[in-house]
Amino acid sequence: MTNGRPGGRRRRWRWIPVGLLTVLGLAGCGSLTGKESMLQPAGPVAAAQVQLLDSSMWIMFEIFIVVAAVLIIALIRFRARPGQTELPPQVEGNNRLELLWTIVPALLLALLAVGTVKETFALNASPTMKNSVLVDVTGHQFWWSFQYPGYGNLITANELHIPVGKRIVLGLTSADVMHSFWVPKLGGKTDLVPGKENYIWIEAATPGIYYGQCAEFCGTGHADMRLTVDAQTPQAFAAWVATMQHPVSTPTTALAKAGYQYFSTVGCSTCHTIGGTPYAGVVGPNLTDLTGRLMIAANLIPNTPTNLYRWIRDPQAVKPGAKMPDLHLKAKEITALVAYLEQLK
Amino acid sequence: MASISGTANLPRTGEATAYRGLMAWLTVVDHKRIGQLYLMSGLLFFLVGGVEAFIMRLQLMHPNGHVVSAAVFNELFTMHGTTMIFLAVMPLSIGFINAIVPLQIGARDVAFPRLNALSFWLFLGGGLLLNSSWFLGGTPNAGWFNYTPISGAQFSPGLGVDFYDIGLQIAGIGTLISGINFLVTIVNMRAPGMTWFRLPMFTWTTFVTMILVLFAFPPLTVNLFLQTFERLFHAEYFNVAAGGSPLLWANLFWIFGHPEVYILILPAFGIISEVIPTFSRKPLFGYVSMVLATLAIGFLSFMVWVHHMFTLGYGPWVNSIFALTSMLIAVPTGVKVFNWLSTMWGGQLRFTTAMLWAVGFLFTFVLGGMSGVMLAVAPADLQLNNSYFVVAHFHYVLIGGSLFALLAGLYYWFPKITGRMLNERLGRWNFWLMFIGFNVTFFPMHFLGLEGMPRRIFTYSPGFGFTFWNEVATFGVFILASGVLLLVMNVVRSVAAGERASADPWDARGLEWSISSPAPAYNFAKIPLVRGYDPLWVEKMHGDGRMIPAPQAPGAHHGPLGMVHMPKPTIVPLLVALTLVAAGYGFIFNQLWLEVLALLLLGVALHRSMFEVDPGEYVRVRPEDEEAMSAHG
Repeated sequence: MTNGRPGGRRRRWRWIPVGLLTVLGLAGCGSLTGKESMLQPAGPVAAAQVQLLDSSMWIMFEIFIVVAAVLIIALIRFRARPGQTELPPQVEGNNRLELLWTIVPALLLALLAVGTVKETFALNASPTMKNSVLVDVTGHQFWWSFQYPGYGNLITANELHIPVGKRIVLGLTSADVMHSFWVPKLGGKTDLVPGKENYIWIEAATPGIYYGQCAEFCGTGHADMRLTVDAQTPQAFAAWVATMQHPVSTPTTALAKAGYQYFSTVGCSTCHTIGGTPYAGVVGPNLTDLTGRLMIAANLIPNTPTNLYRWIRDPQAVKPGAKMPDLHLKAKEITALVAYLEQLK
Repeated sequence: MASISGTANLPRTGEATAYRGLMAWLTVVDHKRIGQLYLMSGLLFFLVGGVEAFIMRLQLMHPNGHVVSAAVFNELFTMHGTTMIFLAVMPLSIGFINAIVPLQIGARDVAFPRLNALSFWLFLGGGLLLNSSWFLGGTPNAGWFNYTPISGAQFSPGLGVDFYDIGLQIAGIGTLISGINFLVTIVNMRAPGMTWFRLPMFTWTTFVTMILVLFAFPPLTVNLFLQTFERLFHAEYFNVAAGGSPLLWANLFWIFGHPEVYILILPAFGIISEVIPTFSRKPLFGYVSMVLATLAIGFLSFMVWVHHMFTLGYGPWVNSIFALTSMLIAVPTGVKVFNWLSTMWGGQLRFTTAMLWAVGFLFTFVLGGMSGVMLAVAPADLQLNNSYFVVAHFHYVLIGGSLFALLAGLYYWFPKITGRMLNERLGRWNFWLMFIGFNVTFFPMHFLGLEGMPRRIFTYSPGFGFTFWNEVATFGVFILASGVLLLVMNVVRSVAAGERASADPWDARGLEWSISSPAPAYNFAKIPLVRGYDPLWVEKMHGDGRMIPAPQAPGAHHGPLGMVHMPKPTIVPLLVALTLVAAGYGFIFNQLWLEVLALLLLGVALHRSMFEVDPGEYVRVRPEDEEAMSAHG
């Protein structure tokens, strides 16, 4: 037999990758500062969740260090040496030790369990929570609808506006398949299930744009079903509500007037609503105050006239799987539509 | 042969060798050859699933990748998950179970050899049917857990989900039959002296695994039937508009799905518990606590399914309870890890490739278990669930846990299964490339998850912080894949021209090492007497190093001298499976004639298989197998 050579000193270098990995791990966590990083919470819900994540990670890390240390010491100390013929002691067990490593991990987990149960109840939400703003969120393939029952049922899409420092209760449901609402910096995800209403609450501590996206696979366009939360000062939020309740939707230029006509003649109004006009389709996103949006196509591309043109001309090329049909519009129709849509305030 | 040719009731002499070549495989009933078939098919499906993963990693290497379309990506991740779980890891486990468990308990075959063949053909038939979807117009694309309503007829109108439902149904029947078969085998066919608390750990974990199969697969079967009826006959079990509920699928699926996780990992635990003692030259530390831990894990695995659905909105009570039960599983798992460490402690460790895989397993599985505990913390899970953190977690458990252990098992038992050694030099390269490649690929996925990257997205935009770690992960895949290539090379080379293996090349401890490599058709010339845990080791310490034949019970049936009565090869199980697969295609393509014809033939084949009397056949014992046993007793 050629195998089973005893481990020699020169093999110790092989543990370098292990050490390297640990260092890499710690360095990696520190660099996670992206737009959707859950490690940089911006509200109490996300903060509580990350707190638990953190403490569980440290408990696990400590156990890992113990296990890895024992493992590495054993690997070095107890490797077979040439010329060994005598048997090692045939130890079959040790009741006290076995009891010890049943009880100690159980205690550590009990520690973790307390926080888990406490926060699970603390983060629970209901539609009747005091001093809160209710927003009904409906998931669609592949975009989000937000309705504000407390503000005259105003409806917007894909960009959720909330006032900072206030509990926002989200009532989540779906119009088609399952989706999941997830804005990591504001809180964990909860699924949007057809036929079921789930409630969660989020709160933003500081004004800002927070990014998120659908987190339950929902079809071809799943990756492109994104959303933002625009957390605003109470004044800015009130101004936004006023804009939405009194939208400016009357075309002013000749081109925009043509676009306004096309909106119904080519079929846009079958699916889309524009506040302040007779257009009231409910299949696609509500377009009221479109110029107020940062992005289009469910937060996929920036809201510019060029992008809007591309999007209307060939939705599949911009967002595979999108349900918006290619209406095979002529260039002049699209130009007019864009001109009109760019006037919606 | 002449001496027995006149005896009544005996099959024609020479019938044992009536089949050769391909026919010998098609009529196989020998558990060892069925094990080989499982291992080969599992390895092939593993390569298919690996190619699917490779393409996905290429797509995700850079933001806005254009390697495949969104639609193809969704098919890839669905088939990758389904293939790896049902057609790669599970069959590889069942392959070792087939090849080794009867040897470990001193039996000559499983309790129902023909059903065993049927299990294999159903698994292979279901797996091929599922994969044929790539060529037959419609691949499953709703994810491996196939949630409704996305998998329903309205949102997945193609044939893909039908392939999923019917392919898994057929393969699942095979698994369920295996479960029953091995439970009966382990309960009834242990050699004299092989008491429950002398059962080798791999056999113990197999026993518990098969209990899980027995109770976990029926919910899957039901779910698949409900969906098949919904998609084919417009029954409305999951449709909200018709009074159904998508939560029904989700719950039934995870009531199956979580025990399934343990079906994938428990045999791996068993393998590690065989490999570490052998290469530490010490008995397994804390055997009884290992057995109890295995039972506890098996029991708890049915109590935790909601932790896959913390985000589904079941409220704080349900989430709290399932968070606690999920954390609890870490306790018996921890006991196992510490027992393995203690087995190594004070031993004489030989770093064969099998042992390297076992040590690699300890390192990566512990990491996977720890991210698992973090996921059990329900409020944290709301962030982590369905993110790349989960992808990292289950790959640490499934590759770093199950697969690494299976590869330990491959290097360990390959000599017993094929009679040849795997090359240790290639093996070490194979290990280090895969171990490093695996960690470079999957460790960064923890970061991606924390960074907020959801799973199952075919692309991402620049500027989210996803780019760097995705590039690292894809880089790792190249290392991992080169390791896999070495593995394939090593296996192919060794099957053809590996060094011949002795009966006991590792100085090991279990019964399987007391007989020649590969084992003869009848396994044991005489049924051995088991005198303690690690029966061969007991004989090495206290006897002459060979097993003692068990005394025959007075009045026991004796066959002709020097012959062993064995089950007879038959093609009927293959025919049963073929007709069921044909019926499956009939239902997928809605061809009434094929459905009726195939089900009729199935009836005929089943009738034949039920009422045919198997007279068995006698196999002549080789003298060297007689000599391999002690003359005492």
